[in-house]
Amino acid sequence: MSTQRPMVEVRGARKSFGAVEVLKGIGLSVDRGQIVAIIGPSGSGKSTLLRSINHLESLDSGEVWLDGVQVNQKLHGHAFERHINKVRQQMGMVFQHFNLFPHLTVIENISMGPIILKGMTKSDAHALAHSLLSKVGLADKIDAYPSRLSGGQKQRVAIARALAMQPKVMLFDEATSALDPELVDEVNAVMKQLAAEHMTMLIVTHEMRFAGEVADRVLFMDGGVIVEEGPPGDMFRAPQKDRTRSFLKKYLSA
Amino acid sequence: MQGLDFTVVAPYWDLLLIGAWWTAVLTVSAGALSFVGGILFAVIVLYAPKIVAYPVRALMWVFMGTPLLLQLFLIYFGLVQIGIDIPALAAGIVGLGLHFAVYNADIIRAGIVAVDVGQTEGARSIGFGKWQTLRHVVIPQAIRNTAPPIGGNLIALLKESSIVSVIGIAELVHSAQLAISETFRPFEFYITAAALYYILNLVLEAALRRFERHVEVSR
Repeated sequence: MSTQRPMVEVRGARKSFGAVEVLKGIGLSVDRGQIVAIIGPSGSGKSTLLRSINHLESLDSGEVWLDGVQVNQKLHGHAFERHINKVRQQMGMVFQHFNLFPHLTVIENISMGPIILKGMTKSDAHALAHSLLSKVGLADKIDAYPSRLSGGQKQRVAIARALAMQPKVMLFDEATSALDPELVDEVNAVMKQLAAEHMTMLIVTHEMRFAGEVADRVLFMDGGVIVEEGPPGDMFRAPQKDRTRSFLKKYLSA
Repeated sequence: MQGLDFTVVAPYWDLLLIGAWWTAVLTVSAGALSFVGGILFAVIVLYAPKIVAYPVRALMWVFMGTPLLLQLFLIYFGLVQIGIDIPALAAGIVGLGLHFAVYNADIIRAGIVAVDVGQTEGARSIGFGKWQTLRHVVIPQAIRNTAPPIGGNLIALLKESSIVSVIGIAELVHSAQLAISETFRPFEFYITAAALYYILNLVLEAALRRFERHVEVSR
């Protein structure tokens, strides 16, 4: 495994919003099938790091690579548009606020990408959407509009929508932060299922227990740098840095 | 003094119905143009490079700042002078359509800006390009959210379409005037024409309500 090229690689990532530098030279490598959880306080830069991997944020400097292809290539105008659209098709992104399309039904939300971007026939795309909905336990909601779904159901549809493009990696940006506590488990269950299928995943989360259960590696970010990283067992039981300890204390005692 | 006698209308009923038909044709054609044009203008003003956006904004400003009547005269009588001879019906459709397109553009532009940025991010993250995102995700939602004021403009367009009688289009008011010039009974014919406008408006409002109800389902 270690001789393989990484699925996701970030080198020297820097990013400022105005005068505030939110990423201060981040490096990160994720192997195929690996699951990495990114934890840290609000404003630590973890969401920005995740969003810069699929170029929803553009880095000021540094490189992002996906499976041997540079994501933030120095191309201009239409050439970059074409390039980034192709690259994004290979990365699934799940947002805190779902970002489902409210004017489309569940099955339309899921099949739209494959139909328009991959030229899949409507019936093939619907069959694919149907199987993905069964997988996330929502086969009975195919014709519902998102407004009729609970938060947990919306997020499961959003995961199915991302999976419909058959991505090489899934990026989760606080996927359960906007959910009522009793709805969190149903989304976590779907993510665990993906983990069991060896999907490569980067998970930005505030849920330490879930991170501990699902991740191969945990990164603790603070102030735009990766303070500490390691297997979840070591990180949660015996963090090396004071900053990590004080952060984890608040979460694990709660 | 004459009393009211609506039996004078009967022989002209066909003429009035043909007039109502042309009013409907004008409304549907100019309405479609004002809708598509409104989307186009809104997108250009928001996203096109300045070299395209500025002339369009200037055109919009002219159409918003001058009377519809004058615009019709310019399109129908004025353009002939520089060699562009447009049939009256086409001039009426273009004039009405562009006039209301400008109002729709302002509404749709506000609608586009109001669509949550998360929608764009959701679409872009799947791999949709800028235009695909606008076309399939942002504009459909902007239209749904602005359906009531756009519908209001369409109803205004139906009524304002009477003004194209001045360039000789045989729509409803024009038909009524024709009948009046033969019978000298303005009251009966204008009342009848008003009733026909009212009926056309009821049909249009029913269609708009149907669309809005359809949209409500997805809220």
